[in-house]
Amino acid sequence: MDRSQNHIHGQSAANFCYQFGSDNPLLGMGIQQQFAPFTSPFGASSSTNIPHMDWNPATMLDNLTFIEDKIRQVKDVIRTMVDNGGQLPCRQGDLTQQQQVVNADLTCLIVQLISTAGSLLPSLKNSSFLSQPPAGHMDTVNHVGSSSSFIPNATTISEENKEDMCSPEDYEELFKGFTDGAMEGGIEIDNVFVEEQDAKDGDEGGDASMDGENLPPGSYELLQLEKDEILAPHTHFCSICGKGFKRDANLRMHMRGHGDEYKSPAALAKPPRDASVEHELVKRYSCPFVGCKRNKLHKNFQPLKTILCVKNHYKRSHCEKSYTCSRCHTKKFSVMADLKTHEKHCGRDKWLCSCGTSFSRKDKLFAHVALFQGHTPALPADETKNSSDQISRVGSHQEPAKFPSSMGSSFMWGTSSSDDRGLDVKGLAGCSEDILSTGNFGSFNFSFGPADGFTGEPSGSSFSVLPPEHFQSAQKKGKN
Amino acid sequence: MAAASAAHRHSKRCRLSPVPLDSPADELLFLVLDRVAAADPRALKSFALASRACHAAESRHRRVLRPLRADLLPAALVRYPSASRLDLSLCARVPDAALAAVPSSGSSSLRAVDLSRSSGFGAAGIAALARACPCLADLDLSNGVHLGDAAAAEVARMRKLQRLSLSRCKQVTDMGLGCVAVGCTDLKDLSLKWCIGITDLGLNLLALKCTKLTTLDLSYTMITKESLLSIIKLTNLQVLTLVGCIGIDDDALSSLEKEYSKSIQVLDMSHCQNVTDVGVSSVVKSIPNLLELNLSYCCPVTPSMVRCLQKVSKLQTLKLEGCKFMADGLKAIGSSCVSIRELSLSKSAGVTDTELSFAVSKLKNLLKLDITCCRNITDVSVVSITRSCTSLISLRMESCSHVSSGALQLIGKHCSQLEELDLTDSDLDDEGLKALTGCTNLSSLKIGICLRISDEGLTHIGKSCPKLRDIDLYRCGGISDDGVIQIAQGCPMLESINLSYCTELTDRSLMSLSKCTKLNTLEIRGCPRISSAGLSEIAMGCRLLSKLDIKKCFEINDVGMLYLSQFSHALRQINLSYCSVTDIGLLSLSSICGLQNMTIVHLAGITPNGLIAALMVCGGLTKVKLHEAFKSMMPLHMLKNVEARGCMFQWINKPFKVLYIFFQPACLPLRYV
Repeated sequence: MDRSQNHIHGQSAANFCYQFGSDNPLLGMGIQQQFAPFTSPFGASSSTNIPHMDWNPATMLDNLTFIEDKIRQVKDVIRTMVDNGGQLPCRQGDLTQQQQVVNADLTCLIVQLISTAGSLLPSLKNSSFLSQPPAGHMDTVNHVGSSSSFIPNATTISEENKEDMCSPEDYEELFKGFTDGAMEGGIEIDNVFVEEQDAKDGDEGGDASMDGENLPPGSYELLQLEKDEILAPHTHFCSICGKGFKRDANLRMHMRGHGDEYKSPAALAKPPRDASVEHELVKRYSCPFVGCKRNKLHKNFQPLKTILCVKNHYKRSHCEKSYTCSRCHTKKFSVMADLKTHEKHCGRDKWLCSCGTSFSRKDKLFAHVALFQGHTPALPADETKNSSDQISRVGSHQEPAKFPSSMGSSFMWGTSSSDDRGLDVKGLAGCSEDILSTGNFGSFNFSFGPADGFTGEPSGSSFSVLPPEHFQSAQKKGKN
Repeated sequence: MAAASAAHRHSKRCRLSPVPLDSPADELLFLVLDRVAAADPRALKSFALASRACHAAESRHRRVLRPLRADLLPAALVRYPSASRLDLSLCARVPDAALAAVPSSGSSSLRAVDLSRSSGFGAAGIAALARACPCLADLDLSNGVHLGDAAAAEVARMRKLQRLSLSRCKQVTDMGLGCVAVGCTDLKDLSLKWCIGITDLGLNLLALKCTKLTTLDLSYTMITKESLLSIIKLTNLQVLTLVGCIGIDDDALSSLEKEYSKSIQVLDMSHCQNVTDVGVSSVVKSIPNLLELNLSYCCPVTPSMVRCLQKVSKLQTLKLEGCKFMADGLKAIGSSCVSIRELSLSKSAGVTDTELSFAVSKLKNLLKLDITCCRNITDVSVVSITRSCTSLISLRMESCSHVSSGALQLIGKHCSQLEELDLTDSDLDDEGLKALTGCTNLSSLKIGICLRISDEGLTHIGKSCPKLRDIDLYRCGGISDDGVIQIAQGCPMLESINLSYCTELTDRSLMSLSKCTKLNTLEIRGCPRISSAGLSEIAMGCRLLSKLDIKKCFEINDVGMLYLSQFSHALRQINLSYCSVTDIGLLSLSSICGLQNMTIVHLAGITPNGLIAALMVCGGLTKVKLHEAFKSMMPLHMLKNVEARGCMFQWINKPFKVLYIFFQPACLPLRYV
């Protein structure tokens, strides 16, 4: 393998990540904004591919040289800081900027060191050091890694040494500590992990901070992505074969398969943050859905903070909920991460309301019951066995009266079956034309009309407007 | 006429009225029935048996049903279609099936059901009840320790419920209470005493949904400041009971300061151990219309706290039992609470002559005063009480042993309005009783352990207190038959008499007492000269007798029991220990259907077989005290069987103490110790 080009800090590799945005400058900017801070922890170019390499003196030498270079760079920066500090009181902004750069570089150095050392560990051979890529991409990454730098028979570590080594989890923890430290140091690591790990942070977190900072309109640059761009599965594309990726890091991994020039640390390094970009206005985003509060035409417009916020918001609010919980088969989500979060807790919601809604906490249930007229706490089915028989009987008796059976079984608060948002509690105000909307809602006031039903003497007329909720809960109970 | 001839055959009462009873209007007949029932409840049975018309009239008129056995419930409800109240307190065990058998005709007139003394039913039974009586307004499920949230959810279906008691339903949690709160929005009176599963969440919901509540009992619940505020804000709440709520502290009460409740009239915070005078001071500010305040066993009484009571200008009743009075605390009551009518200081520490004298001198309107066990007070206090509080109708001063007989005479002389007087364990003598001749309204007189009184004093009482209902002569060793005869002759309204350990008494006393037809409680414990002959007179004369204590009446034997079983059908409770009763007497006694409570310890003539036979026959038993020796002698499955019917056994392991009974006061009831 020819490593002579390794120390050239070519920007070519970094350019690949702009591929997607080439025909849309706005998007390109956005993505850059999104991923630019990512530079610091991943500037340590080879840190991500190290795990896929085995012990190789040449690589090791490359890495060490890179570290040396990096140290020199940091030293330069610090020297200028010292000089400036001696001459004139420099502006606060510049100073913090430089501190951030230094912090990032140091973090990167440490990561590099650790990963270099970590490449010695056979146990780390196949596990991603930083974070597990999603299963779908694992294959690609492994394939690229092994094709470019896999050397057989490289495992030279004796058995007894293994026991002294740290497990990959330890490394991950250590690294997490570093990145956390970096964030505290002021570097915003608004990285793509958010998408997989904690989608809630994306939208709601962004909103919260947004509301908190309360930027006046005009003090930020407003961008609006189109629907296709938002829903595009990949944002990074290989310029050679056209394959798409979610992360630029994965793209860089992939690029190594296209030739040795993509294997240099510089090519694999995260493209450094463009100095000119940092001084520009903050960017905020608008939802392309007209009428949405997040759309710039709305009179109470509230912008979204990041691209990720846009994506999650758009999917949650304006897309079909295509992910169904495999446990309850009732709750539906449009963001995969939401589904995963739900599935963690699904079935554990033991606090039930008569309307069929379940809550993980008792106080939430009681707040709900306090809010809605006629809703009452419902006991688990096994406790009310005898009475639930009655209820289900009454329910089935009512069934043909108004709703087709498919409707009854799939109906659930807060989610929606065929007609979205209809009974979303938040969206109650604006859904009067929905078939399950306020008309039925009003019937809660005299609901417990079902009271007569419960006594086993259906009184006929009062039943014809039974709210579907009762009906739903009755069916559920009946099943159990 | 068939009806008339039937009436003629069957009943003396109907013989008096020659007109056929199917002709008078129902209203007239019902008036007669009311009169008859007031005089003697058993007469209704005779009336119903007189003729078919009488039977029908009585069936139409009966409003209250108190069945002896739950399995008769369906038949009883069919016979009495207009019954509005169903009292199942005599049925120890009411299975779900019995409740399910309540006819579910939509026109059921039942408005009240009392299941407070029953067990054996669950959510299914209550569901059946809710189906059958959708208009039920009053439901008592007290002591339903086995009832859980499922039962509460069924209760919630009774939409028109106005009064509900869930006392000691310890398994009910917020979920159950939430169901009730949402379902029964008409609730006016709710008791959640000892519902330890309930927290602020449920109470907040209750306060939100049941805005018509006027009476709320939250004693011994886990209520804290989180929900106290919303409870206080209930606009119709009049009576709030917070006995023994450890979550109520000064912090919680001070958080109320900004709120006002104009409706609350009665506040009971007794046994709230975390409340101090500071908290009391802040709570009275937010409840300006308070009429009754109970702070017993709650906090020390300081002058500053009492001065805060000035703000509740309408306060009429102040209960400070078991409180510690700081210096000048009692004086402050005299100067601050001038409107109060009722003051209770029983078992309080720090009540001194000077302070009490000052207080009562200011409280001229006092109607009720309780200074039980204020052991420091002397004649000085009694003099000032009798001087200023001349309109007293109730004075309780048990165990005020420093008061002399001379001062006690003043009570009778000055407080002629007295209806209730407790001078137990005092220096009272015949002169003091003679002074009471002016108190013609006296209905309750407790003069136990007054060793100086004699027949002469009782003669005065008998002559001047015709309204006496309750007299306690416990251990009055100086009295004999003549005194009791005077009482029995002069007080025809007598309902309860305690003659325990008056060892001189003989059957003559009982013979005279048998003329008191309203007598329902007779205690003649430790009267060794009384025999079955006297008891038989009582059994025949006092048909309403429900409580009987004949412990250590060694002369009473099976004959007395035979008379009891024959005549005393109202008997509920009996203590037979140390009597000469054998299996035969016990078996005959067990034929009394309503018998609930038996104490059978140290009876030489009782065998395990006789005992188990009696227990099996007597279906309504709820509590039986037996000697522990019998536990191993009786077949276990039999005991299980009796227990399954709702009976509880208490095994006593005391030595046989016959030799010492005249000298040893060890068997004193607790209240005298």
